[in-house]
Order: sequence, then C-alpha cells, then structure tokens
Amino acid sequence: MTDSFVQLSLTPILIGVLASCACALPGNFLVLRRQSLMGDAISHVAFPGIVAAFLLTGTLAAWPMLIGAAGAAIVAVGLIELIRRLGNIDPGAAMGVVFTTMFAAGVLLLEQTGARNVHLDVEHALYGNLESLIWLKGTSWAALTDPEALAALPPQLGRLALVLLAVAAFTAAFWKELLIGTFDPTFAASVGARPGLVSAGLVVTVAVAAVAAFDAVGSIIVIAMFICPAASARMMTDRMGPQIGWSLVFAALAAVMGFVLAAYGPLWLGGRHSLSAAGMIAAVSGAILAGAALCGPRRKGTRAAA
Amino acid sequence: MDGFLSALLLQAGYNTALVTVGSALLGASAGAIGGFVLLRKRSLVSDAISHATLPGLALAFIAMAALGGDGRWLPGLMIGAALSAALGLLALDWLASRTRLPEDAAIGAVLSVFFGAGVVLMTVIQTLPMGRQAGIAGYLLGSTAGMLRSEAEIIALTSALVGLAIFVLRRPFTLVCFDPEYALVRGVNIRAADLAMMALLLAVTVIGLKVAGLVLIVALTIIPPVAARFWTDRPGAMVVIAAALGAAAAWLGAVLSSLARGLPTGALIVLIAFALFLASLLLSPRRGLVAKALQRHRFRGLVQERQGLLALARGAPIYDGATLRRLKARGHVGAEGATTPKGRAAAEAAMRDEARWSLYRRLHPDESVSTPGGLRPLAEILPADIIGELDSRLAVRGVQP
Amino acid sequence: MNAPVLMAEAGRRLGADHPESPLAIAGLTVAYGGKPVVVSVDLVTPPGAMLAVIGPNGAGKSTLLKAALGIVPRVSGEVTAFGQPLREARRRIAYVPQRASVDWEFPATVLDVVMMGLYREIGLLRFAGKRHRERAAECLRRVGMQDFADRQIGQLSGGQQQRVFLARALAQGAGLYVMDEPFAGVDAATERAIVEVLKDLNRAGRTILCVHHDLSTVKDYFTHVLIMNVRRIADGPVAAAFTPENLQAAYGGRLAPAQIGGIAAE
Repeated sequence: MTDSFVQLSLTPILIGVLASCACALPGNFLVLRRQSLMGDAISHVAFPGIVAAFLLTGTLAAWPMLIGAAGAAIVAVGLIELIRRLGNIDPGAAMGVVFTTMFAAGVLLLEQTGARNVHLDVEHALYGNLESLIWLKGTSWAALTDPEALAALPPQLGRLALVLLAVAAFTAAFWKELLIGTFDPTFAASVGARPGLVSAGLVVTVAVAAVAAFDAVGSIIVIAMFICPAASARMMTDRMGPQIGWSLVFAALAAVMGFVLAAYGPLWLGGRHSLSAAGMIAAVSGAILAGAALCGPRRKGTRAAA
Repeated sequence: MDGFLSALLLQAGYNTALVTVGSALLGASAGAIGGFVLLRKRSLVSDAISHATLPGLALAFIAMAALGGDGRWLPGLMIGAALSAALGLLALDWLASRTRLPEDAAIGAVLSVFFGAGVVLMTVIQTLPMGRQAGIAGYLLGSTAGMLRSEAEIIALTSALVGLAIFVLRRPFTLVCFDPEYALVRGVNIRAADLAMMALLLAVTVIGLKVAGLVLIVALTIIPPVAARFWTDRPGAMVVIAAALGAAAAWLGAVLSSLARGLPTGALIVLIAFALFLASLLLSPRRGLVAKALQRHRFRGLVQERQGLLALARGAPIYDGATLRRLKARGHVGAEGATTPKGRAAAEAAMRDEARWSLYRRLHPDESVSTPGGLRPLAEILPADIIGELDSRLAVRGVQP
Repeated sequence: MNAPVLMAEAGRRLGADHPESPLAIAGLTVAYGGKPVVVSVDLVTPPGAMLAVIGPNGAGKSTLLKAALGIVPRVSGEVTAFGQPLREARRRIAYVPQRASVDWEFPATVLDVVMMGLYREIGLLRFAGKRHRERAAECLRRVGMQDFADRQIGQLSGGQQQRVFLARALAQGAGLYVMDEPFAGVDAATERAIVEVLKDLNRAGRTILCVHHDLSTVKDYFTHVLIMNVRRIADGPVAAAFTPENLQAAYGGRLAPAQIGGIAAE
C-alpha cells in the first residue's frame, strides 16, 4: 500500500495541492473585484488556445500549449473589454459572448483537423486527468532520494511549483497596488497606483495559473479552484492577510481530501474503480464552501451587524 | 451546395427538417428569454444553470439504467437535468442572498462544483456494468446527428411551449427589467416574475442540452440578445430581434451540421450567432463601431471648433494644439497665427449664438437642460421665430447681437 | 465685442499662464457615449481657496473633477496643477472619491485604508513600516477616529466612513484636496467635524475643491464657488458669484425664487 501510494498517489496529490494554491491566491482578488467569472472565461478559452498551439506547432509539447493557452486568455480578456466598452454591455454578457465563441471555435478546429486522434480531446480538456500524473519510478519512499527516480517525476509537478512561486511573488511584490486597486480603483488612479496595469497583471497571473492547472484538472473544475477557497475564506475573516491564509488552507484541504476520496473512497465502499479526482476536488471545495456559508463567523458580513 | 439549399429549405428528409425546425424554435425561445435576462443583468446565471445539469443527467442515466430501462431516454434525462439545475439555482440564490458573497462568485462556485460532482458521477457510470457514458457524452457539446424522431419532436414541442410562455409573460418581464420599483407599484410580483424568468431560462437550457451541449447552450441565451442590443433601445423590439437572430443562427447551424460528419451542431450555432453579433457590432447605425467612430470624430470637431471660435472672439489664448490645427484647417486662423476675416466672422457668430443660448437658458431653464445646445449653430436647434425673439430681447438689454 | 478679435499668440501654455494655481482647467469637455456631460469648462482655482462646485443633479460636477484628475477620459481640454502637467503634480493632490463608490465589505481595517494614503511615500515594492503606521494613526486622530483603527471598515457608520476617507487624504500630505460630495449622507456632527478639519487645512494654506450639494451652507463653508450646469455658469469669490441670477441660470425652475433669495449672496 505505501509503495503504491508513492507511485500512484503522491504526485497527483502534490500536483493537486500546488494547482489549488496557485489558483486560490489570485482567486481572492477575483472574488473581491467581482471578477469571479473572469476565471470562468479564461479557463474556458484555454482549450481553443491549446488546439491552436497544436495546429501551429504540430506537437503536444508543454511550452507551446502553455503559450497558446495564455495567448488565448489575453485575446479573450481584450475582446471582453472591447465589447463591454464599445457596446456598453454588461460585463457578464460580454464574457459570455467571448468565451463561448472561442470555445466553439476550438471544438470546430479540433473536429475539422483531425487533431482529435492525437490525445487532444474535448472531454479531457473539460475534466482533466489528475490520476494519470503518476510517478512510475517512485517505487518506494526511498525514491525521494534517488536522483534517477526524481528525474522521472511528472513535469507538471515542477511546472506547477514554479507557477505557484511566480504567483506568490507577484502577489507579494504588488500587494499594495492590488489592495488599493481592488478596494478603490478611482483613488488608485488618483495616486498613480496604476489600477489598469495591476488588473492586467492580475489577468495574466490568472491565465498562467489556469493554464498550468488545466493539464491536471481541466478547464471547468479549475474555476472551483479559483473561487471556492477564496469565497469560503470570505466567510471566515474581515482581514486581508488572514483571508489569504484561510483560502490556502481550504485549497490544500480540498485537493488532498478530493484526491483521497476519489482514489480510495470506492475501495472502502467495496468498489474496484476509482473516481474522477478533479471532479471530487471540486465537489469537496463546494462542501467546504457550504460549511463556511452555514457556520463561518463572518458569513453575513456587515449586513447583519448594521 | 444543392445539399445545403435543400437542407436549408427543409427538403432533405423529414427527420432533418424536424431537427432544423426544432433547433430554430429553440434558438428563438433562447434568444427571447435571454433578452429579458440580459436586461436584468443576470446573463451568466444561465452558465451556472447549464453546468449544474450534469449531475442530474448522470443520476437520471444511472437511475433509468438501474431500473432496467434505456439510460438514454431523453425525457428522463431532461427531468434529471432540470431537477439538478433547479437545485443549483437554489444554491446560487441562497449564497447570493444569505451570505456576503456577490452573485458572480456564487455563479462561479455553483457551476464548477456541480460540474465537478457531475464528472465524478460520470466516472461512476463508466464503472457500472450496464453501460458506458457514450449515451450522455453527446450532451457536453451537443449533437443533432442521429437524433431520434421522437427526440426532435420533444425538442420542437417544448421549445414552442416555452416561447408561448414567454409571449404570455412579456409584459410583467418587461416591467421588471425596466423599472422594478415601478413594477412593484403597478402590482407586479417581482419575485414571482423573476422566478418565472429563471424557470423559463432553465427550461430552455435543459431543452437545448441535446442540440448545443451544456458548455455552449449558454451562448444561445447570451449572444443573440447582446447582438440585438445594438439595433434598438426598446425592450420589446430587442427581445423580438434576439429571438429572430437566435432562430436564424440555430436554423443555419443545424442545416450546416447535417451536411457533413464532424461538424458539431453546438459549435456551429455559436459561431454563426457570433458572426451575426459581429455584423451588429460593426454596422448597426445606432451603436455600431463605424457609426460611433464617425460620431465621435464629428463631436470632437464640433467641440474644438466652437471652443476655438469663442477663444478667438474673447481674445483668449488657445492652449489645445488640436483645436488650433482645426481652426487653421477651417481657414479661421492664418498660418502665422492671426485670425482671418472668415475666422472673425465665424467667431462673432459663435459669440452671438453664445449670448442667445445663455439667454435661452435663463428663459427656458428646463427645456435647455435636455437640448444639446451650445455646440452647433443655434439655427440648427431652435426654430427661427425663437431666435428672432431672443435677438430682440438681447437688443433691448443693450447687448450687441 | 468691438475689441479687435485677434489671435492671442499661439502655443501658449496653461501652466505658464497660471503657475500658482493648484488646479487650472481650460476648455475641458467630457462626453459619455457621444452625449456631452461637461462642455468647455474653464476654471482657474486661486491658491488657498476653498471652492465649492455646485449645480443641479446631472450637471457634470463630479465628472469635471474626475476628468481634470485624469480618472475619466476627456474629449478635449488642458489641465495643469501648480503650473505643472498633471502627471508631475500628482503627489501634491489628494482625491477623496464618493463614499458610495467602494465596497465597504472589503476585508480591511480602518488603519489599512488610511495607510493607502501613504502609497507614494512608501514606494514601489516596499512594505509599510512602523513610521508609516504612526503617521496613519496621527491622521486618524485628526479626524477623531483614533479609537476605530482596528475596526473593519464595513462596521462604521456613513459619517465615520467619510472621516476615514478624509484621514486617508490627510495622510497624503497634499497641497490640493479634491473631494467628491464629502457631506453626502453624513450626520450633522460628522459634517461639523469634517468642516473643521477642512478649515484647519485651509488656514494652513491648502487649497480645497468640493463637489457640494447643500446650497444653504455654501456661504458658511467656502470662499469661492464654481456654478455649473454642463457648462460653466459663473465662478469667483462667493460674494461675487453666488448670486440669485447665477443660481437661477444653473438650476432653472428647480429652485423656487424665494429659496434662492434666502441663500444667495447679496
């Protein structure tokens, strides 16, 4: 059991936790800025971005995919802003127009070019496949000190660690700007805190996190990773620092519990097959949100206090 | 091309025709209800609804298969989908009204969590002996290929019923969207109207799952209304235009996808709807890009010219480079920066208009607020007899016209 | 109008003409969606003035100030502050937005918000130190909110929230204070407290610009006034510009003549 744990479960759990935290961090700002659905839009357009990158480069290598998805995210955000301003249209509707169209374009491209045959398919893009990110050479805990086995770790692990680091660095470096620009953009503009630049930076961060997590959990469940931990943390505290802390705890908890329930839950119940780990992570983070919304000390905010 | 024409004109067999008509009815209903939802600024609620159908679809499939039936029976799947979407809607409403969470975060949370639960249930189906998920994978992206006649009939019929309900409820919907407080005074039950609106949105979403798929059905309720918004400011007209655009996109999409394999219906419908949107965005004479760019250019020119002329008349300096260039281009100012005779006349005219306008504003303060005076020559805005009256009053006061 | 209509020499600079004015505006025009909201407004704020911008609802008062500070885009017009382009003078201007423009549920304490006023002082990529916290606490004391430093901002009353905004502006240590309806929806005690702080600032040589709604207090609070309704109607010292005729021109039938007679300068 322990041997197969290292081989089959350790890396998916770590990847889940890293992805969850990398998304939860910018998710805090998305929720506070009433831009939760920006995460929704960006994660949907990662799919056409990846299809386009595949058609252009002809490979399924990681970097072209990441760049394609990030490029699609930036195009999408630009289009949303354009449509919102030009048409004087509600931002939610503008997002709906853009991400559905780009997703549809991705589906059509995929079907028409036969990319479907080479391990790019819509279901995978929607669900992710966390349980496939196993560590074949990790045959025992001893492998953790074996350089040869370490070299065979799934590349997603290192990539996500790097992305989490970058996201954390961005948040720390521009903490003041993020705070001022989120709380009071007009004031931010008047003191030269560049709220426009900061929100563009946030969008790029969200795109990078979404794309890195996309591999593991697919484009829709990633939305749960952006929103649920931050939303749950909103119910717990009225301070920004502790809110970030709570959101990271919830994110890690959902990732670990989700994977364990999906992988071992059915076995405990006498079944033989495991369930979708990504789906279970989303379900667990939903359960955490429900718990926080029912009993969190600050669930009602100042509405009840006033 | 012949195939396209015959399919377009419903000549390609009874089944294809039925599917096409059903899709168009669905598109019309989705566009109409989406129009009201857009005016209520709740467009992305439909995104939560559609994703929240997945666990219901999966559970209905499991239940029907466990009872020994066919897991893919459409009415059963639709009922399951509707129930779980309703649950998602309730959760959304509860989060947004009973906690501090804003509605957009609640939408995102509901759509992703329900979808995640649905994905888990899909893997449960895979492990069951009686069937693979092949039966419901089509609901992700929608497919009209190989649709049964009975299924097409159900879709056409229910879409028509939803369209009828929207037609019956159009007045309370319009009132609630336009001015909820006024609607309340008029005796419209806002909560009931909102509930009915959401119920119809849910119905359209569930009916459309088979055609457009749960990721893309939301487009049918958003893109046509947004496109329609460019053509009119009246809610009634907007809803009608949205319904027409939705029907056209769905009709064309269904026809095109029937022509060849590998053309997913949902994706085609969305792309056609987007093309209609793009045309509206560019070409609408009221709010289109082209019209707006022209309008902005003209407005800027008017402002600069009037400001510059007034500055000339007052002998005040002109700080704005663009204004100066404009005056030079119009021949009001010579190359060396001195006012030309033409410019002098125009400046005096502008000054005269300014005096008239400020008098008019004093005499008729309330009309003048809504009249865009002070930029164009006054003769374009006010009738000649009023200008004459203004001039005679100005003369009495000793102000030189 | 018989004076020779001659072009004043081209290429003159607004800042050079009014090097002392904390905020000089020339020919400012703003439009939303093709509809003019502010048309060709000029204003030269005298240094040390306490100036009220008044006019009916929809007169473009807030928009004028936001456009002057570069927060909303303008169609045309020039703006300088202290004789410099806006970019260079930004640190000398403190802007106080309308209270309703932010989400008071935001997870921040009163002190956190006041610290935002120290943004420029702290600088890019640096964190606030003890010195900054003391400065912020001092500004809270000046508005009488020192006991609330650790409260979450949503738990304050409207008047207290407005005082926090004022404390944040004080923290900026600016020479010009631009305030968007500082007295909207606050209780009488807060209004008095805010006016006292503003008058202190003004006595110390700071210039203050307020969008203001209550015509009955203009004479007591302010030294100068700009009366506008989309366009400038009049500006100058209260005694000269705040006349029944100018108010009638701005508000039209919306003010009864008796009302105007009671409040306007004689």
